[in-house]
Amino acid sequence: MAAPVAPPADQPRGLAPAAAAGPWQMALREFRFWLVNYRRTWRGSIYSSVLSPVLYLGAMGLGLGTLVDAHGLARLGGVSYLDFLAPGLLAAAAMQTAMGESTYPVLGSVKWLKTYQAAAASPLRPADIFHGHLLFTVLRLAMNCSIFLAVMAAFGAVRSAWVLAALPAAVLTGLAFAAPIESYAVTRDKDQSFAMLFRFGMIPLFLFSGTFFPVTQLPAWIRPLAYVTPLWHGVAICRSLSLGTADLPGVLAHAGYLAAVAAAGIAVGQRAYRRRLYV
Amino acid sequence: MPDADVLIRASGLTKKFGDFTAVDGISFELHRGEAFGFLGPNGAGKSSTMRMIGCVSPPTGGELSILGLDPVRDGPAIRARLGVVPQEDTLDVELTVRENLLIYGRYFGLPRAVISERTARLLDFVQLADRAEDQVEPLSGGMKRRLTIARSLINEPEILLLDEPTTGLDPQARHVVWDRLYRLKQQGVTLVLTTHYMDEAEQLCDRLVVMDRARIAAEGSPRELIEAYSTPEVLELRFRIAEHDQAAEKLADVPADRMEVLADRILLYVPDGDVALASVRALGLEPLTSLVRRSTLEDVFLWLTGRRLED
Repeated sequence: MAAPVAPPADQPRGLAPAAAAGPWQMALREFRFWLVNYRRTWRGSIYSSVLSPVLYLGAMGLGLGTLVDAHGLARLGGVSYLDFLAPGLLAAAAMQTAMGESTYPVLGSVKWLKTYQAAAASPLRPADIFHGHLLFTVLRLAMNCSIFLAVMAAFGAVRSAWVLAALPAAVLTGLAFAAPIESYAVTRDKDQSFAMLFRFGMIPLFLFSGTFFPVTQLPAWIRPLAYVTPLWHGVAICRSLSLGTADLPGVLAHAGYLAAVAAAGIAVGQRAYRRRLYV
Repeated sequence: MPDADVLIRASGLTKKFGDFTAVDGISFELHRGEAFGFLGPNGAGKSSTMRMIGCVSPPTGGELSILGLDPVRDGPAIRARLGVVPQEDTLDVELTVRENLLIYGRYFGLPRAVISERTARLLDFVQLADRAEDQVEPLSGGMKRRLTIARSLINEPEILLLDEPTTGLDPQARHVVWDRLYRLKQQGVTLVLTTHYMDEAEQLCDRLVVMDRARIAAEGSPRELIEAYSTPEVLELRFRIAEHDQAAEKLADVPADRMEVLADRILLYVPDGDVALASVRALGLEPLTSLVRRSTLEDVFLWLTGRRLED
């Protein structure tokens, strides 16, 4: 038979410092849970992270791009369609990654597997659980966007070294989606709402936020709608950096908007996680 | 009992969900080293009480102190010293047995070396050492429960909370879990458990409260409760369905402390079952079956509430 599981009653148990950890340390514990979890699925996720930009840049950038370029480049600002499209797709890919990571995995953790509840029974607070999951989402965004940038470079779709700064910009774009959507997802009991979110949220944004064509091609009355979406700001910032046309005030304005959306999402999420896990 | 040995003190503890009162002003104390139980039917407020103790459910009213700390203000510090076995498994079934313990140990900020040393010991203890590298998903219900118990011990908790620890398990798996919990108790681990199984409460609890409709109906050791709220013996009689009601009327003449007429049986609470059975026969009644048994906590509950535990 095994040695006793518990130390004698008169000895102090556990490790008291565990409770004294700061919010970052607590969030990192949840982050590491997601890392362990990811160990099983990372290979498959890398394949699709590489394949998706190859297919899009190949079909749209090269295939469709040849047709577009034959009609003149003036409306795209004098650059080839591939060069125009690629940074837009980078921002859109960040949005897609964010939505994937912040919907089903959140609902699964709170409703199906109840791993959030398991964490909530430990010293972690709901906000730590939220922050840890968000940190992991940031890691996934950084991975996918890096792969996307590498594929872009391989396609020769990069015109400026500033494109490296598009990596944090794309991650920030993703975070501006992930934070509010995780806050929403944690309140759900069924996954139907996600199908709606994808169909009526993600796809229209994907198509009309300047990824495939300048928003100026849209009727004037509808443009403001595109301007309030985080994706439009993400596309604008990534494109200006990739094309080498970025100016500091523009970058700051777009990044500021994205940061504000992300911060609002985090504030709402802290409450939402608390309400869901502390019943 | 000196104050240092009171690990949990609740006074007028209340939990409301909107208009619904799940826990209605209960008071109790938990002492170091004891196995304390909440016995009651589903919906009595046991799990709500457990969640308040686990610092994942802020009380609506009353006072609650755990390890001398305030559950709302000091939640993380208290939870660092608790072990929790929830009613529903919250294991990550996609991970292996070992990974589940690794993750949980990290939640408590334990170094990897400490976690792996404790993992070996705990998996041995819950008889899952040979499944350490297996995924959790295909494990049986009893194995998952034992893994949850191992996980709850990773931080060497001062209090182990078990919410319905054997609900949903088959009898054999239940006995294995009981055996492990009994060993923990012998090692001096303080246990708090909820159950609607009177045999579970009798086997594991040094002291328990009977909960019904959000309140505490009685408190004591299993033996004290049986002595206070039941008779030493119970005579269980079963008659033909057609004769059931008539027999119940006639049985009123048999000297008994109390009689319970259930749908399928009649229970006579008496000091001596055989003597009572003789008086039943003397009345000219011949039951289909008769059974003389000792009183249990089930009888206590019936006595206190007029209802059965498992309905």
